[in-house]
Amino acid sequence: MSSRLMALWEWFDARMPSVAEEWRKHAAEYYAPKNFNFWYYFGVLSMLVLVIQIVSGIFLTMNYKPDAALAFGSVEYIMRDVPGGWILRYIHSTGGSAFFVVVYLHMFRALLYGSYKEPRELIWIFGVLIYLALMAEAFLGYLLPWGQMSYWGAQVIVNLFAVVPYIGPDLALWIRGDFVVSDATLNRFFALHVIALPLVLLGLVVAHILALHDVGSNNPDGIEIKKNKDARGRPVDGIPFHPYYTVKDTVGAVVFLAIFCVVMFFMPEMGGYFLEHNNFIPADPLKTPEHIAPLWYFTPYYSILRAVPPVFTSQFPGVLAMGVAVMILFLLPWLDRSPVKSIRYRGVYYKSALVAFVVAFLVLGYLGVKPTTVWGQFGFDAFFLDTKDRATWVARLCTLLYFAFFILMPWYTAKDKVRPVPDRVTM
Amino acid sequence: MNDDQKVDKTRRNLVVATSVVGGAASVGAAIPFIASMMPSERAKAGGAPVEVDISGIAPGELKVVEWRGKPVWVIRRTTSMLESLKTAVAKLTDPASKSSLQPEYAANEYRSLKPDVMVMEGVCTHLGCSPQMKTADAKAEMGGDWAGGFYCACHGSKFDMAGRVFRGAPAPTNLTVPPYTFLSDSTLLIGEDKKGA
Repeated sequence: MSSRLMALWEWFDARMPSVAEEWRKHAAEYYAPKNFNFWYYFGVLSMLVLVIQIVSGIFLTMNYKPDAALAFGSVEYIMRDVPGGWILRYIHSTGGSAFFVVVYLHMFRALLYGSYKEPRELIWIFGVLIYLALMAEAFLGYLLPWGQMSYWGAQVIVNLFAVVPYIGPDLALWIRGDFVVSDATLNRFFALHVIALPLVLLGLVVAHILALHDVGSNNPDGIEIKKNKDARGRPVDGIPFHPYYTVKDTVGAVVFLAIFCVVMFFMPEMGGYFLEHNNFIPADPLKTPEHIAPLWYFTPYYSILRAVPPVFTSQFPGVLAMGVAVMILFLLPWLDRSPVKSIRYRGVYYKSALVAFVVAFLVLGYLGVKPTTVWGQFGFDAFFLDTKDRATWVARLCTLLYFAFFILMPWYTAKDKVRPVPDRVTM
Repeated sequence: MNDDQKVDKTRRNLVVATSVVGGAASVGAAIPFIASMMPSERAKAGGAPVEVDISGIAPGELKVVEWRGKPVWVIRRTTSMLESLKTAVAKLTDPASKSSLQPEYAANEYRSLKPDVMVMEGVCTHLGCSPQMKTADAKAEMGGDWAGGFYCACHGSKFDMAGRVFRGAPAPTNLTVPPYTFLSDSTLLIGEDKKGA
């Protein structure tokens, strides 16, 4: 650095030393375990996608009109007439799905290596809150193009609130601001999507990272590297985040962006999974599309909703099951009684439970994009068969497996035969 | 603050009182924000009844009318459709429509004023999707014993030709029948009862 630049920096540093201090604390002298593997890319990739979404979103709002009469047309205008508009929109729509891809992989990493376990419960809780905010953000944003799927998706989700006992109908009315999903709904969803929730998301991301940097990162061995420090008080198995992991993450970001661009340029609709075909038809309040399904990242929960039969003519249990399926994630740190963190040292119980959970989650996700008649009907009749659709029964089985993973966890993690954990990380 | 210093009670009470008043003011300030999200006067005014000419509806045909932003179906039911209502009874959640919504004059076995003209809201009582009519010809898709009715593609609820829900569906009650009246043989008024009836 030239001496003049150096002098400028010193002038700045003398007046605001906290910049250099934070840089040291969170990058140059933040010691991360040296054995991070492939799974440790997805945290930083989530942040990259957040930035992509915010930037592309800002530019989309310059031409989008949050008005029921103009919204659909303004999106077509962005696609056809705004210079580079199509690329901005495809960045944003691909980014929406990419966000959930990286977040789901990031959450799976936590399940693999026990990253939610003590002392990282708060990091996990902030993470689940981010996941909730992200789901809300995705749902609100999906109404904005004002296509058929936007409209009917919003109709269904808002009505989920209406089945809450007592306050439900008024709550749904308050959310919509009208007796049906309408211009008022679109306008407020726009406000929440572009201002309120991005602010909440950013705040939560800051909290997530501050909490992480206070206790330190977990690693594929689930060992606390802070327990083994050298004479200078630095973890023996740690390396500074910068430059070691900034370089590693840059490579990951480049590979990710390459894949992102392939999707964005060659398959932005992803066969109807990233942008649903029916959403290219303007919203029609009088006609539900032939086949309606939420975007792929919501389908496991949607399947759970469909699988639960009404109890005493109330559909609340289904909605409750769906809500609990997400909320139960908050309890994970206290449900897991295993003395070890990483899957590497866990026994066969946890490993089988995790496999069953992942299979159930994927099957629920698959069934959520298909109609309940996808696998046909049972050929026989029985008193307990309230529906003969095979897919509904498979979804019920998978719903049970999903909840069993959590509810039985205190038992099977305590009984599991764990292997001894080494003192130092392994590569 | 040092532990062995005595707390100044008067000052402490002032701090508490100020916080309480401030907190109450914040709650009060939230009211206009929350209230602004309720339906506006314009939204509330949008519920006028609609007149429908039903002379052009062929037997077995369904016409969709918009009332209060919701789809309302008018169906001219054929005799075979009316027959299918009787065979469906054993498989229904609420065959007599006891826990479902309909005006008194539609609380009968056909759920309508005139058996052949069915009027109901095309809004699934589960989560508000609009089901599709599936005639008795749709057996391949709906199962061998399907005698005609409606299917909600959102969550798989099935209804008979009177909008009564089949067991095993997520929808808890039958489709809602709105208030309506015949102005003449060929004209319906949806959204308003006959005066005094």
